[in-house]
Amino acid sequence: MFESLSGKLTGTLRNLSGRGKISESNVRDSMVEVRKALLDADVHVDVVTDFCEEVVQDALGAKVTTSLKPGEEMIGIVNQRLIDLMGPVESGVMLVDPGPTIVMMCGLQGSGKTTTCGKLAAYLKARGKKVSLVAADLQRPAAVEQLQVTANDVNENAKGVGEVTCYAEPEKCGEYGTATGVAVGVCKRGVKHARKNKVDVVILDTAGRLHIDDELMKELRGVQSMTTPHQIFLVVDAMIGQDAVNAASAFHTQLAVDGVILTKFDSDTRGGAALSVKRVTGVPIKFVGTGEKFDALEEFHPERIASRILGMGDVVSLVEKAQEEFSEEDAENIAQKMASGTMTVTDFINQLKSIRRMGPMKSLLGMLPGVGAALKNVQVDDEQFDRIEAIASSMTKKEKNDIKLLGKSRIKRIAKGSGTNPSEVNRFVKQFDMMKKMSKQMAGGGLGSKMGAMKDLAGGMDPASMAGMTGRGSTKTKSNKQRFKRRKRK
Amino acid sequence: MGLFRATVNALRSGLSRTRSALATPLAAMRGRTIDNDSINELERLLLSSDVGTTTTDAIVNELRDAVSRGEKQNRDILELLHDQLVNRLANKKRTLAIAERSPTVILVAGVNGVGKTTSVAKIGRALREENRSVLLAAADTFRAGAVSQLATWSERLGIEIIKGQQGADPAAVTFDAAEAAIARSADVLLIDTAGRLHTQEPLMRQLEKIKQVTSKKVDGAPHEVLLVLDATQGQNTLVQAKRFSEAIDVTGIFLAKLDGTARGGIVFAIEDEIGIPVKLIGIGERPEDVEPFDPEVFVDALINEAVS
Ligand SMILES: Nc1nc2c(ncn2[C@@H]2O[C@H](COP(=O)(O)OP(=O)(O)O)[C@@H](O)[C@H]2O)c(=O)[nH]1
Ligand SMILES: [Mg+2]
Repeated sequence: MFESLSGKLTGTLRNLSGRGKISESNVRDSMVEVRKALLDADVHVDVVTDFCEEVVQDALGAKVTTSLKPGEEMIGIVNQRLIDLMGPVESGVMLVDPGPTIVMMCGLQGSGKTTTCGKLAAYLKARGKKVSLVAADLQRPAAVEQLQVTANDVNENAKGVGEVTCYAEPEKCGEYGTATGVAVGVCKRGVKHARKNKVDVVILDTAGRLHIDDELMKELRGVQSMTTPHQIFLVVDAMIGQDAVNAASAFHTQLAVDGVILTKFDSDTRGGAALSVKRVTGVPIKFVGTGEKFDALEEFHPERIASRILGMGDVVSLVEKAQEEFSEEDAENIAQKMASGTMTVTDFINQLKSIRRMGPMKSLLGMLPGVGAALKNVQVDDEQFDRIEAIASSMTKKEKNDIKLLGKSRIKRIAKGSGTNPSEVNRFVKQFDMMKKMSKQMAGGGLGSKMGAMKDLAGGMDPASMAGMTGRGSTKTKSNKQRFKRRKRK
Repeated sequence: MGLFRATVNALRSGLSRTRSALATPLAAMRGRTIDNDSINELERLLLSSDVGTTTTDAIVNELRDAVSRGEKQNRDILELLHDQLVNRLANKKRTLAIAERSPTVILVAGVNGVGKTTSVAKIGRALREENRSVLLAAADTFRAGAVSQLATWSERLGIEIIKGQQGADPAAVTFDAAEAAIARSADVLLIDTAGRLHTQEPLMRQLEKIKQVTSKKVDGAPHEVLLVLDATQGQNTLVQAKRFSEAIDVTGIFLAKLDGTARGGIVFAIEDEIGIPVKLIGIGERPEDVEPFDPEVFVDALINEAVS
């Protein structure tokens, strides 16, 4: 997501440190590149201009020019300024007691409101809340059905003890222009229904609209005055261009928005909106959406994003994600198995599955310091992990416990059963073996040697070979149908 | 294809309904002659309409050179800019391809939420207005409600549709649709696909597969591969255009959502650097809100407050 921006920024700033003596004009020169990097990342042009000037002033004030490590100091300054641009923010959903808390979603067409409603519902379900989604997009054909299906999916498949339902009046849908205003009534009844059913949080999914469409903006104000939402979220596509600030300002002026949710953050957008919207409108970003699944929603933390931009990684988020997936007991257990070299294929696959639930591999790797920039142009194909899982699931229990059993004919059978080929199975076997050895070694040495091994791993890293992955254009064995099912499941 | 033989007047009225964020500040510059101050202001305005650093630099440098050569000082800076921009879009074939033997197959792709399904409905309607028989293929079997969305358009517009079940293999749906198009001797088969990020390798491969399926069934298909881009998006659309082109050889761009305040300035870079022509634009949510792309009108709408 931020790879390109962070690569350029760090490159430019590091260059500064390569010089003996730094002058004011050196600092200014380096900002030319920074300015371009920010513009290429869709940061609003006026924000870019201000930002660069602030950084130069800070740099001169901090006497970067006489510093021994000017590059590092510059990075520190830029880091702080980035944090200031995006923060401060209290992320999460503020809940009222007694409920229901009413949350209203709004945004341009196609920004991802309905999908985000599902994600918020999943987020709240995990926190034990009873959630009702109200289908107030009566414009786009089948938007109501989309929300109904989503609510159902989250209710059945998301983790947590909460409950998710959908309130809809599908008969009220109309062609463009004809149903304007009707959404106000639907929302009002949706909230009433929620009160009666002792729902904790009501989320109103409104139709997408342009901020200059007076008729439709009036409808939103109608919804607002009829339901008095506790929070209004503006959903913004992270790939949005310079117009982000115009759109966000318009919605904010009319509705007093409480927070922005940035979607499609898993794309390779450089996230300029994240850097512009708060500065121009004062509205903080509360969440980011990082995938199509309902669990792909993260709280937004400016410090963490700033450090990702500067290639310093985001270990805090990584650890948090890991804590969600692994209990301490699991961790103990697996560490012990690794140390003793008794890890089985089943253990490995379980771990792999937990890791994959944390998010797309590339975004996870990107949270490690320095790795984001290194991975900029590398394709990390998550589908290859499907193949590894398929290989493992074609093994018998015995084989999983003792991979040494695998001779030619067994390997052939496994390849056939998993829709892969023998050389892939072989590679997996070899790598599994190597990993076992390595983990034993790492566990044996002290912390220092562990770090050394990690560094080797990262230094010579070819993520593709790391996970036994073949690159793009590898043998296609899985039918699209299978592939599709997998995508659906994710 | 003689698609959309709309008159220039109709075009202008269409785009004049829209407002450009850039137009008002630019209007203030009308009549100003070219000097360093006005060039700097111009630079800011181009950047603020997503034209991007590379194209903006090229334009601005050209103007600066002109100034230092002592040329063009007396010319209205807006007129100069207008000419420059139109020139950058000149000489491109922007009509939709048509197959020698029906059906003409049009594949529509793009990232999530850019406007693919709506655009398919728009193109379908426009073709039908030209008395062509159209068949829609609902090959977005992934997003909840996507098939129903296109089915609703098919009903409202009275255009036939082939749909798969939610969760079905999109390549299989495409296959069935291609067979149906041949069997019913449809003039045009329009395929709507699921949104996907260009960074999602497996999904890009799925799209390649869908494309292959059409060419196996119909000679020379797909005759047109349209990439739908969202005019409100910024520099990332350039990357989208690159990646989709590599995967499925995009032949034209449908630029949707030009009815907002965003102006799709990235089009210059796309045409320049990747060479894909913009063929159609979307200017609203209704099926009739579509027009052929006309560089003059586009540039007018970009830099003028009101299109006269
Ligand atoms: N204002 C405006 N909205 C559009 C345009 N084209 C599509 N939309 C809206 O954008 C949203 C997403 O469109 P859809 O066709 O479902 O996108 P898809 O996910 O790419 O198929 C819907 O609310 C459409 O009504 C356009 O040209 N202008
Ligand atoms: Mg669609």
